[in-house]
Amino acid sequence: MDSLISLIQAAIIFGTVIMFGAVGEIIAEKSGSLNLGVPGVMYLGGIASLIGVFFYENSTDNPNQIICVIIALVCAFLAAALGGLIFSFLTITLRANQNVTGLTLTIFGSGVANFFGGSLNKLAGGVGQISVATTSSAFRASIPALYNLGFIGKILFSYGFMVYAAIILAIFAQRFLTKSRAGLNLRAIGENPGSADAAGINVTLYKYLATCIGSGISGLGGMYYVMDYTKGTWANDATIESLGWLAVALVIFAIWKPRNTIWGAYLFGILYWVYAFWRETNVDLGFITLHLPALTRRTQELFKMIPYIVTIIVLVITSHRKKKEYQPPEALGLPYFREER
Amino acid sequence: MSNKVLNQEPLLRITKRDGMPKLRAWGIRGIAVILSLIVSAAVIFLIVKMNPLKVYATMVSGAFGSSRKSWITVRDTMMLLCVGIALAPAFKMKFWNIGAEGQILVGGVATAACMIYLQSLPTWLLFVVIILASIAAGALWALLPALFKAKYNTNETLFTLMMNYVAIQLTSYFVALWENPYGSNTVGIINKATNRGWFPSIFGKQYLLNVIIVAVLAVGMYIYLKKSKHGYEITVVGDSENTARYAGISVKKVIIRTMLISGAICGISGFLAVSGASHTISASTAGGRGFTAIIVAWLAKFNTITMFVISLLLVFLEKGANAIASMYHLNDYASKMITGIILFFILGSEFFINYKLIVRAKENKEGK
Repeated sequence: MDSLISLIQAAIIFGTVIMFGAVGEIIAEKSGSLNLGVPGVMYLGGIASLIGVFFYENSTDNPNQIICVIIALVCAFLAAALGGLIFSFLTITLRANQNVTGLTLTIFGSGVANFFGGSLNKLAGGVGQISVATTSSAFRASIPALYNLGFIGKILFSYGFMVYAAIILAIFAQRFLTKSRAGLNLRAIGENPGSADAAGINVTLYKYLATCIGSGISGLGGMYYVMDYTKGTWANDATIESLGWLAVALVIFAIWKPRNTIWGAYLFGILYWVYAFWRETNVDLGFITLHLPALTRRTQELFKMIPYIVTIIVLVITSHRKKKEYQPPEALGLPYFREER
Repeated sequence: MSNKVLNQEPLLRITKRDGMPKLRAWGIRGIAVILSLIVSAAVIFLIVKMNPLKVYATMVSGAFGSSRKSWITVRDTMMLLCVGIALAPAFKMKFWNIGAEGQILVGGVATAACMIYLQSLPTWLLFVVIILASIAAGALWALLPALFKAKYNTNETLFTLMMNYVAIQLTSYFVALWENPYGSNTVGIINKATNRGWFPSIFGKQYLLNVIIVAVLAVGMYIYLKKSKHGYEITVVGDSENTARYAGISVKKVIIRTMLISGAICGISGFLAVSGASHTISASTAGGRGFTAIIVAWLAKFNTITMFVISLLLVFLEKGANAIASMYHLNDYASKMITGIILFFILGSEFFINYKLIVRAKENKEGK
């Protein structure tokens, strides 16, 4: 039981990172921008929040937690949105290819983040391990009264506020895309920019805004990873990159609907973490007893493939069924050049 | 775009160019590269306060400072070029093979498996088996998305992207299986004592064979794309699938055949990386080259010679930036950052080659 609770907790924290990434990417993709720079902007968001908070915490003896949180959020959003702006300028204004530009953004973002993540200590004059404990604890604070409600409290209320913010954001994004005028305009652009343009929608402006704001939201995922998942430190491994690609996978898994990212993200979390909680068991099916062996370090690696394989299966099934509402936006990844219609 | 003043031309108009003399196009790209180098030097200067001229000197000596350094630069250029060659036919067909990273890795895993399990074979046979195995592995990894693309029109960008991570986990599995020494979580140098399955030195040059293999592939691909019937079919499918169908080309067949070739050459890249360079395998054997090569192939418009120039530029920057980073005890990721900046500039410069900016004439006389 305890290990099941731990698995759910790990899955929810993990899922929150990719939920931010995926919701942001859905907003961008709905406008027709296939931004493969998601890992890059998540990197940018993560490192910018860390740097911002690091300088603030080091500049005062008594850092205020609320200011810490605000600095982290603002830095992450702005840095990631700036990444999105580079992408938008190159693909929308200069009409560069989206796939290539997105991949370049990923290379750039991972370079910037890992460079400063690894060198910040040195550049700041050798202050030792980079750690923003005050901010991290603010991000991880849960409400004590609710947390003590037994296992329900542990499953539902043991997290920092970003976990709930992600859910609210996903629901809000869903409503925005299906109910608001701006959301409908945005989807029209993603389906057929030519018609949207003819209907008087400012295609360029919408695409810019959707891509930049979407990137900013994805960047919050990177920030959440740094502040909660790694507890306010920087690890120079490629984890954010693989999480970023998982966020891209989640967009497909959620068939471009933000509300589906909520359960999809947690499911990915469970699939990703199940190896750590897997125990040798015997399943009695009545006529036969299945023996499920314990995982070795080797088979753990195979287990970690599951989220990606599930995504591939979803991709194949949705393309096979050809149902209109399951398809990606019609003009996804295509450039729009008014004079070329 | 501004609708405030109707019936007036916008200040800036964009029109497509019909074409640009090659020399001028290269001039524009050259300017982009120079601008990006200036920006990179400025970034380096801001971080380490190093004199920009010294930055370039250090970079050159980092990439070509000694015969050994030069050969490693050449080796890595060849490796990147090889992946670019692999991707060119797929991209020309407008099939977004983002899965090179995974295809390289499975090729590398196949190579390592042969080196470990078949070391008793005679050398020539061992190499034949390794080459066939790495080709088969890479081709298989590319075949899956191609089949589904041909059959259900499944989005290949996302499919191949996911296959990368399946390949990475598969590689991690084999790394754990072949771990040596136990507990290190690395495979270590394979056949360190016997050098079985290692590329032999030619004329005393350790990496000359890498150059020869990639040069053959480059020339072969150039001819394949420009002169063969297959190459023509690829071009037609890439331009318009409907035209291809009308002309009696089996689009499915072309997609599958081209992706098999693309994956196979990626598999060979994995073979080069393991047999011809690192002699070990890890999840980072491909090292992001699968992604970088996408940009190389795209920017070069699938021309193998241009690809060589871009590959060399990128590898030079990588080695150069690493030299600066290690001088100041900073980390290697500086090179990725610089690579990103340079690619942004080159990507942006394509606009000025393909399009023309027309400024509104002042008195609207010759504006029209």
